[in-house]
Amino acid sequence: MEKVLSVHDMSVTFSLHQSEVRAVSELDFALARGETLAVVGESGSGKSQAFLAIMGLLARNGHASGRAMLGDVNLIGMAPDALDAYRGRDIAMIFQDPMTSLNPSLKVRTQLAEVLVRHQKMDQARAHKGVIDMLERVGMPEPVKRANAYPHELSGGMRQRVMIAMALLCRPKILIADEPTTALDVTVQAQMLDLFKSLTQDFGTALVLITHDLGVVAGLADRMMVMYGGRAVEKGTTDELFYDPRHPYTLGLLHSTPHVAKRARRLDPIQGLPPSLEHLPSGCAFHPRCAFRFDTCFAKRPPLAALETGREKACWVDGPLQRQAVA
Amino acid sequence: MERPADILKVDKLGKTFSVSAGLFARPLTLTALEDISFSIRQGETLGIVGESGCGKSTLGRCILQLLTPDSGRVLWMGEDIASLPKEEMRKRRRDLQIIFQDPLASLNPRMTVGEIIADPLRTLMPELDAAARRAKVLKTMEAVGLLPEMINRYPHEFSGGQAQRIGIARALITDPKLIVCDEPVSALDVSIQAQILNLLADLKDAFGLTLIFISHNLSVVRHVSDRILVLYLGRMVELAEGDDLYAAPRHPYTRALLTAVPIPDPVRARQRSIDGLEGEIPSPINPPSGCTFRTRCRFAIGLCAEQRPTLESTGTGLVACHRWRELELPAGA
Repeated sequence: MEKVLSVHDMSVTFSLHQSEVRAVSELDFALARGETLAVVGESGSGKSQAFLAIMGLLARNGHASGRAMLGDVNLIGMAPDALDAYRGRDIAMIFQDPMTSLNPSLKVRTQLAEVLVRHQKMDQARAHKGVIDMLERVGMPEPVKRANAYPHELSGGMRQRVMIAMALLCRPKILIADEPTTALDVTVQAQMLDLFKSLTQDFGTALVLITHDLGVVAGLADRMMVMYGGRAVEKGTTDELFYDPRHPYTLGLLHSTPHVAKRARRLDPIQGLPPSLEHLPSGCAFHPRCAFRFDTCFAKRPPLAALETGREKACWVDGPLQRQAVA
Repeated sequence: MERPADILKVDKLGKTFSVSAGLFARPLTLTALEDISFSIRQGETLGIVGESGCGKSTLGRCILQLLTPDSGRVLWMGEDIASLPKEEMRKRRRDLQIIFQDPLASLNPRMTVGEIIADPLRTLMPELDAAARRAKVLKTMEAVGLLPEMINRYPHEFSGGQAQRIGIARALITDPKLIVCDEPVSALDVSIQAQILNLLADLKDAFGLTLIFISHNLSVVRHVSDRILVLYLGRMVELAEGDDLYAAPRHPYTRALLTAVPIPDPVRARQRSIDGLEGEIPSPINPPSGCTFRTRCRFAIGLCAEQRPTLESTGTGLVACHRWRELELPAGA
């Protein structure tokens, strides 16, 4: 498969008053054309910061190292001006709350057309036509009318469609979606997930889906990367991780997710709380919450190691996990 | 089998809000709730689901009299609580409590955990002295899984999950009989969400609580509820036992909601067909005539625009749809 993005040994640190916090550690992954990669984890797992770093959008006290290769260009450490040649054109990102990403004082068509004028050097008339076409493509009802609206005049679902349209205007190779449906109602969420599916198929866009919702992942993702304490702890195909999770954290997430079709008396959650990045536990960061831990886990951090099938996990426990029926 | 007594009865409840339409324009009327009637049995968990703007939170607040309904009655153990004298109402407030969605936003940042949890006691159980209050706070903290040494800490020192435990303790401290849980786990991480859901189940058993569980997350509601009420634009569209609702939804809207819920199982997620709803929820200021769902319903006929469907008994539940008898809706998920 053609690789559109490959990330090597990427770390992200933030300088605080007197200390430094590592939000992402030694991340490695690749993204193929047209595939959907789900990046799964809870608050503080580093899943959002990793991709903000790739987009050059870290907060001012943040620093990224390593490589994120878009073709033969390394995005990490690139000056913002230079990044602008790629952001929006080759790689685009959308966020959970579209209202914070749209300019409230500009009409939808104005802010969308700007993307085409800037990146594709279109004239205004062609850009505006391109905007209407894309709004129609992402399923916006009455696209001409909505293009002339201001963001506050649109519903949450419509705003998210505007964001997706904006992100896709230049037909980017990569779309990074950070919790794109978390703020939406289920019926609108279903429409959005459908839209993502058809967009990756029609445009060949590679989609990174950053989420904590395993339901969304199951329906959309080809592969998964599970993160905990700033590191990837398990990687593999969606089926591998759902039906045969090898990392206890992945198993715990599955057990914690209620299933609409089945009513269990109790869920089987992971005990304890996600760790603070400032005080990561020794050894395996997950060990204080892990039901499978043994001596080694306290002392030594397990490396992310490949299993025979090509999937990877960072855990000292060998083989399949003894599991009760999941989901 | 003897049926437990109805502890709460909501009778033809209605609530409207007045919405400004501009500086000199006549305000518009938004109908948030219309003709809501149901009852809850002692010890039951009633789930209330619907999309944003369907009135589910307004309903929770009207039941607790945090909002004053425009019409209809809320009967708590047979008494109309809106007509109670103030002093009597205060006594009832002990019985009726609420847990909010955003745990940190609903806790006063300048009060310690102990003060927050004890706060309801000052007004609702003024007869307790300081020592008795403290003992009660510690007992409640233990019940919700908070350590005693946390009593003097401030809310910002807590994570979302722990903050929600504080919110639950505050609701529990007056020994309530009914708790309205308004999206209690929506702001929490998955693993923490499961911990809180288990905690609510344990507390319900331990204290014999009756719960009203409001959420937009149908998987969560399914998990906790005995019966489920589906609202659309402020009206009841279906009320059924949880198992029935999921196995055999009677209302096209219920069915659409159920098929839209993401399933955490890749093979099933790939196989199933989503009964996709077109468009979005209409404005409650200017709702469609007849059945308010008809604009998004693929089964809508002429009658649906002309006449509002009334709630009819299905034998085990209630449904408001002109065509429910003739429609064969497959299972939701």
